[in-house]
This record gives sequence, structure tokens and C-alpha cells, in this order.
Amino acid sequence: MPQIFHRAFNTLSLVSIYGSVFLLAGLGLAAALYARSGYVTNAGLAREQPIPFSHQHHVNELGIDCRYCHTSVETAGFAGIPPTKTCMNCHTQIWQGSEMLAAVRESYRTDESIPWQRIHKLGDYCYFNHSIHVAKGIGCVTCHGRVDQMPLIWQEKSLLMEWCLDCHRQPEKYVRPRDQIFNMTYERRDPDEGKRLVEEYQIKSKMSCNACHR
Amino acid sequence: MAQAPSQSELQEGQIIAPGHSFGTITDKIGSIVQARRTPKRWWTGFLIGFTLMMLLFLTIGNLLARGIGIWGNNAPVGWGFDIVNFVWWIGIGHAGTLISAILLLLRQRWRTSINRFAEAMTLFAVACAGLYPLFHMGRPWFFYWLLPYPNTMELWPQWRSPLIWDVFAVTTYATVSLLFWFIGLIPDMATLRDRSKWWIGRVFYGILAMGWRGSAVHWHRYETAYLLLAGLATPLVVSVHTVVSFDFAVSIVPGWHVTIFPPYFVAGAIYSGFAMVLTLAIPLRKMYKLEDFITDTHLDYMARIMLTTGLMVAYGYGIELFMAWYSGNVYEKGLIANRLIGPYRWFFYALIACNVVAPQLLWFKKVRYSPWTLFVLSLIVNLGMWLERYVIIVVSLHRDYLPSSWGMYSGTGWDWSMYLGTIGLFFACLFLFIRFLPVISIFEMRTLLPEAHVHTEKEAKP
Repeated sequence: MPQIFHRAFNTLSLVSIYGSVFLLAGLGLAAALYARSGYVTNAGLAREQPIPFSHQHHVNELGIDCRYCHTSVETAGFAGIPPTKTCMNCHTQIWQGSEMLAAVRESYRTDESIPWQRIHKLGDYCYFNHSIHVAKGIGCVTCHGRVDQMPLIWQEKSLLMEWCLDCHRQPEKYVRPRDQIFNMTYERRDPDEGKRLVEEYQIKSKMSCNACHR
Repeated sequence: MAQAPSQSELQEGQIIAPGHSFGTITDKIGSIVQARRTPKRWWTGFLIGFTLMMLLFLTIGNLLARGIGIWGNNAPVGWGFDIVNFVWWIGIGHAGTLISAILLLLRQRWRTSINRFAEAMTLFAVACAGLYPLFHMGRPWFFYWLLPYPNTMELWPQWRSPLIWDVFAVTTYATVSLLFWFIGLIPDMATLRDRSKWWIGRVFYGILAMGWRGSAVHWHRYETAYLLLAGLATPLVVSVHTVVSFDFAVSIVPGWHVTIFPPYFVAGAIYSGFAMVLTLAIPLRKMYKLEDFITDTHLDYMARIMLTTGLMVAYGYGIELFMAWYSGNVYEKGLIANRLIGPYRWFFYALIACNVVAPQLLWFKKVRYSPWTLFVLSLIVNLGMWLERYVIIVVSLHRDYLPSSWGMYSGTGWDWSMYLGTIGLFFACLFLFIRFLPVISIFEMRTLLPEAHVHTEKEAKP
């Protein structure tokens, strides 16, 4: 009887059987990387805004405090998007003829909000409160990155649940003194500071499902 | 082609008709697969199964479009047909594993002619069973959330939940059963490859034979692998349905929170499994005239196992009643009262009639040697085991601790179509298996012949 398969099939079958293990492992790895990539999480994506507002300019070059615009960050769940009036506090005095700011003046005249594009979006099924995080010593920069270096705002972190849990499981790695919350360049000097602050601030970071999924 | 012996020579206690040779066995089993013409009866059976399978796909499509609200599941009865059918199918699968693994280790040589299709039955039954929890999830595309993998939520499955144990029990069971079945097929695939008259058959069976040449080394490795897998599969016979019973026993629902559940479920699984093997074996041997290989003795042995496990199950029912009284627990007693005189009492009495009363006929040798009586009995037991799960699940759930939350349950048309659909899937797969793979293990049948036992002169005869 003649051979049904060519000799090469011996090698081919061995390679395909052993290769499938690596192929499957590779596919799993690719899926894991993809799910965490900016393509899925939108991390690192700067969106075009109706007015090219630069945090870099206002925070870094002018030295405006975060709370000047995001007024409710210490007291409410939502940090707050400033009304046009906040812009006009200054821009009635400076750059009042600027072409770039035409939309701001238009909004001020007509009382219609500027349609800012939201960058940090959590699922509707997630409860998040800024004030408790600020009160317990989590700095802006820990989650939002170096906003003072962003010409257009982007989302620095993945906002994935594993990222939330990373801090909630070990808050001592991220906590800082309350007077350093709005400091973009704070660096910890005392290595025991984290443990000390967790105790001092009585941080009991929640890890039950219904802390966030209420 | 060697002449096949006549059936009349077959005597009681023989597991293969006398007069067969290596050649006649190979011819007889191989010709089912390699016949040029497909018999009309095959087409009839396959098309019925296929049509019902289409009903399954219709149901699943509708289920995905509209959600599990199309089923009858409601607030007190959150588990309905889906879990009833899941347990029913998983139970049926158990006979295959018992026959292939435990009977192999116990050197029960009569298993040889029924293990192949019993194992196929196991695989298809597990496939049918798996559909129910999958689609009960409502969003089955997230099924992988049940598995421990490094997900972006950094969440691990809830290991304290028996439902997670179930996932592992059933997937392990499916994997080991598939491997066992496939490895057992390899030498036969080579036989079919060598006998195939068409190029396509040689390639198809050639790939499945994985280069089997029947050398001594091949046989040595085959025997080792098969024995190891049998050892692996043996605990699964007991563990899978034990874990399934934990789905209930670990909860605190009266009627579920019972320590006898694991052994009682395992006995029930083997009971229903052997009933299904008989349901399949009797028409199968008639259709392909396989009475030489699946003899009346085989049917007798299977009927005896059915009787034994049936008695164990009956003991389970008795203990449930006894324990409700003995515990003095008002909820347990309430549950039993509800079972006996509640709105679903006829399900319970039908269950006792099917599972406890009817099988007592198997004490009679005449019944055990009458294939068509056995066939009807096996159908009755299959029905009884379905009713048992219905009684356990629905009757326990519909009236729990709080009378204000009591309710009633009945399956909707879509529940029934899903059930019929999985039966269709099961039979469609089974008919394809009969047509394309050897339904009885050819090479193991050959070992039943006296000429397979060659002894040297020095060696004493057994």
C-alpha cells in the first residue's frame, strides 16, 4: 500500500501539536496586553476640546491652584467643571480680544455651557467620590498624572478595576500628607511615612464589591 | 469476507457469539462505517435529531435576543428547567465513564462491546448539559469570568461557591472523557484507514490514527496511556455528580440541605446513565444486527446494575422522608408534607412509580432477557430521573421559609423547546458518530476471541 501522507507530515504534526501550546499562550498574552492597552482604556488619549485649554499653561506657567476651577473636589463626589464665569474672571481683563477665546465669550454672552469633552469616564455602575480620597491624603497627581505638563488634558491611568484595587489593597504606598495633596512634585522622604499616615488618617480603604458597585 | 456465525448458537453468559474470527469482527463493525449506502433508518433517525437540533438553535437565538425571561424561571423558583436538564444530562453521562474506567480496572471484559458508544454518549450528554448553565447566565459571552485568569478587574472566582466547583468538575470531566474516548479510538482509526477504499477516508482516518502502525512500542504506550487515563477517570465517576449535588447541598434550602445528596446523586447518575445506555443499545443492535456482540447477557448485566443503583436511589428517597421526621425540623417536615400533598404531589408519585416501583420488574430474569421490555423500562427510568430533579429543584424552591414569598412554577414553551432541542443535539451527534466512527471497539472485541490468548508451551494454560 502506498504511503498516504508525505514524510514531512511527521514533522508537521509534531510542530503543530507542540506549537499549539505556544500559540495559545501567545494569544492569551496578546489578549491580556490588548485589554490593558490605551486602545481599550483610552489612557494617554488627548481629545480635541472646543477650546484648546492648556493645563500646562494655567497650572505650571501661571501657578493657578487646582481648586480655583475644580471647586468641589474637597467637599463633594464630583470635583466640578468650572462654569464659563470662572474663565471670565481673568479673561475679561486679559486676552479679551483673542480669537482662541471667542467660544468662551460666546458662551458667556449666551449662557450656554462650553461643550467640554469628558476625559475621565467611569462606568455608570461605579460609585466614586473625590472628597473622601482628598480627605484621606491621596494627591491629585497620583491618579491624574502630571496635569501641569499636559497641553491638552488626557487620562494618565487605565482606570481599570485592577488599578483601583492596586491602591485600595496597599494605600500606604500612595498616601501623602494632607498639605501636599495639590503638589504636583511631592516626593516622599521618610520611608515609613505611608504606614504612619495610614494610621494617623485612619485609612480603611474599602474592598467590598458594594463599596463601589452600589 | 469471512462467514459470520448464526445467532442461534449464542448461549447465556457468553459476551460474544461463537464462531467469530478476527476477520469477521473487523468486517462486521467496519462495514457499518464503510458501507457505501447509508441505511434509510439512519437517515430517518438523523433527520429527526437534526430537526430538533434546529429547534435548539431557534430557542438559543430567541434566548439571546430576548433574555432568559422567555423561560419560566421566576422569583421563588430561580432555577427551573435549565438546572433540571443540566443535572439530568450530566447524570446520563456517568454510565459511559463508569463502563470505560471502573469496569476496565475491574477487568469486566463484557464492557468491551458497549464502552465505545457509552463514552460517545457521555461526551454528547456533557455537551448538552453544558449548554444549560451557559445560557442560564443570560450573557453567555462572559462565561470566561468563571475561570481564574489574570483579568483587568483583578478578581478571582469565588472559590467558596459550589457553582465554581461545578465549572471545574464538568470541564475536567469533559476533557478526560474526550481524551479517553479518542485514545481508545486510535487503533481502530488505523484499521479503518487501512481498510478505506477512498482517498478521503484514508486521509480522514489517517489523521485521526496519528501515525498508528500497530508496532509493539505503539501497543505498549497505548496500554500505559489507557490505563493511566482510566485511573484518572475513575474518581471522576464519583466526583462530578458529588460536586453537582453540592450546588444544592451546600445551600440552606429545605430539601437541598441534606448530607446524603452526594452518594444519592452519584447512584442516581449511574442509574440514569445505564438506562440511557440500554435505550441506545437495544435499537442500535437491532438496526445493525449486532446481537453477536451486544448479547442478551450484556443487557442482563446492565439491567442488574440498574436494579442495584435503583435500589440505592430508593433508599435515598426513604432517608429523605425519614430524616425530615427524625430531625424534628419544622421546615424539613413542611417540605416533605409539601412534596407528598402539595400542588406538585403528582410529580412525586410519578417519580416513585418510575424510579422505585417499575424497576422492581428487573428482579425477574425473564424481564432482563426481554430486550423490548428492558427498552420500555429504560425509558421509564429516564423519565423518572428527570422527574426526580424536577421534584428536588422546583418543589424545594417554590415554598421556602417565608409563606409570603411562595409561588408556583411551570416551564414555558421555550423551556420545552430547549429540552427537546438538546435531545435533538444528542441524537444528531450520536447518529453522526454511528456513521463515521466504529460504534464498537474493533480491536478490543478481537481480544475476546480465544485465539487472542496465545500461550507458549512452557506456560501453563489458564
